[in-house]
Amino acid sequence: MIVARGLVKRFGSFTAVDGIDVEVRPGEAFGFLGPNGAGKSSTMRMIGCVSPPSGGTLRILGMDPRREGPAIRARLGVCPQLDNLDQELTVRENLTTYARFFGISRAVARARALELLEFVQLGERADSKVEPLSGGMKRRLTIARALVNEPDLVLLDEPTTGLDPQARHLVWERLFRLKQQGVTLVLTTHYMDEAEQLCDRLVVMDGGRIAAEGSPRALIERYSTREVVELRFQAESQEEYAGKLTGVAERIEVLPDRILLYVTDGDGALAEVHRRALAPASSLVRRSSLEDVFLHLTGRTLVD
Amino acid sequence: MAHPTAAVLEYHLVSYRRTWRSSALSSFILPLLTMLSFGVGVGAYVRGDVAGVPYLDFIVPGLIASTAMQVAIAESTFPVFGNFEWIKIYFSQVAAPLRIADILGGHLGFVLFRILTSTAAFLVTTALFGAVHSWWALAALPVAALLGLAVAAPTFGYAASVPSDNYLAMLFRFAVIPMSLFAGVFFPVESLPGVLRWLAYVSPLWHGVDLIRAATLGVAPAWSVAGHLAYLATWAVAGWLLATARFRRRLTI
Repeated sequence: MIVARGLVKRFGSFTAVDGIDVEVRPGEAFGFLGPNGAGKSSTMRMIGCVSPPSGGTLRILGMDPRREGPAIRARLGVCPQLDNLDQELTVRENLTTYARFFGISRAVARARALELLEFVQLGERADSKVEPLSGGMKRRLTIARALVNEPDLVLLDEPTTGLDPQARHLVWERLFRLKQQGVTLVLTTHYMDEAEQLCDRLVVMDGGRIAAEGSPRALIERYSTREVVELRFQAESQEEYAGKLTGVAERIEVLPDRILLYVTDGDGALAEVHRRALAPASSLVRRSSLEDVFLHLTGRTLVD
Repeated sequence: MAHPTAAVLEYHLVSYRRTWRSSALSSFILPLLTMLSFGVGVGAYVRGDVAGVPYLDFIVPGLIASTAMQVAIAESTFPVFGNFEWIKIYFSQVAAPLRIADILGGHLGFVLFRILTSTAAFLVTTALFGAVHSWWALAALPVAALLGLAVAAPTFGYAASVPSDNYLAMLFRFAVIPMSLFAGVFFPVESLPGVLRWLAYVSPLWHGVDLIRAATLGVAPAWSVAGHLAYLATWAVAGWLLATARFRRRLTI
């Protein structure tokens, strides 16, 4: 569906995407993860054929976005990061007018709008204006609009950013159904649970480059351990305990408020901690998550 | 299958359906108030004819032209700026299989529709008051359309370039109001001193005013018809090129 080789995007002297290789296969859900400014959105805009690449090659659905932009976009569905719905049109009109941009007849547009509004659970709001809808409803409408041309490939830029938990789960559930129908999904996110829920494969981007690639499970296996033990010590500094933990874990990370032990067997490691009479104020054994991989690869420094 | 540009025009017309009643009403109220104010009020103080016709009949074609200009500017400043900055509709359109020319052409087509309906309303109302002298007045509509494009197209480019909506207000202050006052709408430009007269000649509005005045009064224009049309077309084409470049820069960076 998508093949990128050495893909580059420059804005003046700033390089947003610095030579990435990506391949997305039909029917899979593919994720771009990364902190703000990693180059995710720039990559998505190039795939969406609204931003010409500055270098490298990019093929989408077997076509060249530089020359065949409209033909590619006819088969894409795009759900942008910020909803750009027409606030003053009705929910239904937002879909029917957008369908017309794809050369869809009025009758088909009306029928499809009904169908899609049911799909995203907005059927009852079809004739209300967009402006008073909640954030979650607007997001679902934007997703419905992205599906109006029955696309082969759907691009979702941070599909659940800013939504409350109920709304996020509803969006995930709908996206999962799309995936089951064989639609290829490409999404960006910085929610690790979202990536674990939805993505078959993903890349972690940092500073315009790909830092890691694989399935969520494979990434965890490669870049983290099976389990993580979180220890909090009642002390001015966690640092003084770090030295006493040598040999307990494959890797130890000392944070200002806690110490993380990356281990295969969490309970075993915790027992060893107690045997050394270190007595943490609190402890937690959990499975390693994509978040651990993400922080390991992209660092804990805040990016703004 | 409808042309993609037509689909964009259709979107703007659907959007207009919400406000068309009030907008259509004001299209008739404006010329009515004008007839009352200038015909009965000001006209009574202007003794004698202007350029050989009663003052009311002299200014009606000027006001038709300035209505075309004002509708064109109003529809291509805040609406265009807002489609980039506020509701961001252009960004959703460029993600669909539309070209920049479709997005721009469809929106300009809607502006043209607004110009034509507003000037037609003005023409009909004033004709009922007997201010129109010739069937040539029908030619005022295509001229108003061309004049509208001559100011709307570059304004699209301007609205797509400015960083804040304060710049749009400046356009009204430094272009629309001076043109309305000095481009021959209310008095012949020949009454102006040299430099100001040349500014009137440079403005697209004067060319529209001279043509429409010739049409409604059924007389020959002060300048050649072909010259006027070519001058207005130059503004329209240059404006289109500018707007295309600015839209492309904003939408496909």
